Amino acid sequence: MSARRIVLTSGKGGVGKTTTTANLGAALALRGKRVVLVDADIGLRNLDLVLGVEKRIVFDLVEVVEGRCQLRQALIKDKRLENLSILPAAQTRDKTAVSELQMSDVVAQLGELCDYVLIDCPAGIEHGFRNAIAGANEAIIVTTPEVSSIRDADRVIGKLRDRGLPVRLIVNRLRPEMVRSGDMLSVDDVTDILSAELLGIVPDDEEVIDTTNRGEPVALQSESRLAVIYDKIARRLEGDVIAFTQFGTPGFFGRLFRKAG
Amino acid sequence: MLQFIQRFFGKPPSSATAKERLRLVLLSDHLSLAPDVVEALKHDLIEVISRYVDVDVPNCDVTFEQREKEVAMLANIPILGMHPRPVPPPPPAPPPPPSRGPDLPLLDPTKTGASVAVAERPPAVEPPPAPKPAKPKASGPANGHRPTRRKRRKGMSTNTAAPATS
Repeated sequence: MSARRIVLTSGKGGVGKTTTTANLGAALALRGKRVVLVDADIGLRNLDLVLGVEKRIVFDLVEVVEGRCQLRQALIKDKRLENLSILPAAQTRDKTAVSELQMSDVVAQLGELCDYVLIDCPAGIEHGFRNAIAGANEAIIVTTPEVSSIRDADRVIGKLRDRGLPVRLIVNRLRPEMVRSGDMLSVDDVTDILSAELLGIVPDDEEVIDTTNRGEPVALQSESRLAVIYDKIARRLEGDVIAFTQFGTPGFFGRLFRKAG
Repeated sequence: MLQFIQRFFGKPPSSATAKERLRLVLLSDHLSLAPDVVEALKHDLIEVISRYVDVDVPNCDVTFEQREKEVAMLANIPILGMHPRPVPPPPPAPPPPPSRGPDLPLLDPTKTGASVAVAERPPAVEPPPAPKPAKPKASGPANGHRPTRRKRRKGMSTNTAAPATS
């Protein structure tokens, strides 16, 4: 049985693709799933750093593609979760070092080894993006509730739908107090504008910065509220129906002006 | 509290603005249209409708809604009342153009439209016909484009002086 191969993408950079990939991967692994994370951002690798495995890299994606090592040799096993592995990107090469066909082939091979392949897509919609989506059969769009992020997400959703990939949405870095005061787009606004199915809502939390500093995914901090949130997203991916936490329903003035506007 | 006061005095929350701006920009992204083109479309749409009925322009709302795979245009245009008779003359005009439209090209090849135009112009320069165009001029600007076509037709059959001025 082949794995689900999911690309996490956004168009815009800096919205939390890598953090989301690492945490969703960790949450799925915590649920007993075999997960491989692929860093498709060749030349700007970071997934290794977020997961805290940067010192253990021996081989990378480009070396696998060029046949200089076996696929299994390049996979780094997480020390905290034995069923979580990462295939790091090359840092000293550029995105043209890999073709769509090669990428698709690597992802298909990984699919034989695990239950989930999560592909961390680089920002943009050029070569790196096309590579990252080449081997995927599902997509998760990560967006923040900001105009530039949403516009880029819309563009990417269009491209993914053209390829027939099912698309779901994670709204990242939501600030409930701003939504309440009407100064930030709500999750309903975002899903309404993008007309995409919602997979998860992740509130903005300083803990992400703190845990990333240490190379420990926040999804592994059992006392963290974000760990609960990533676990819910993982369960939704598994097909469970879980109600969404209502973060920051627009308050009195938000509603008042929304109606007036 | 400061926020409350700001809100009270009419500073609207920015999320509504963000949503509207996004709707517009995504629409133009999808249609490959510049935002000013979309604005112009709204403007023209309201203008055309107000030729026929009395439109509550400040309360007109033309929005675009993103559906699964297409964009729908939704126009909510409150009508205050029907125009009294004077304005309706344009309505009868639109149906004829398709029938008369072909007529003009038909006339053009036979009588050569270009030569007609040339024929029309010289009289305009001539001082004698000048007093006559004064009357058509008065109705001309008020009615816009279609009347000018009529004048041309009249001009072709009767007097060339009137169209020459327009």
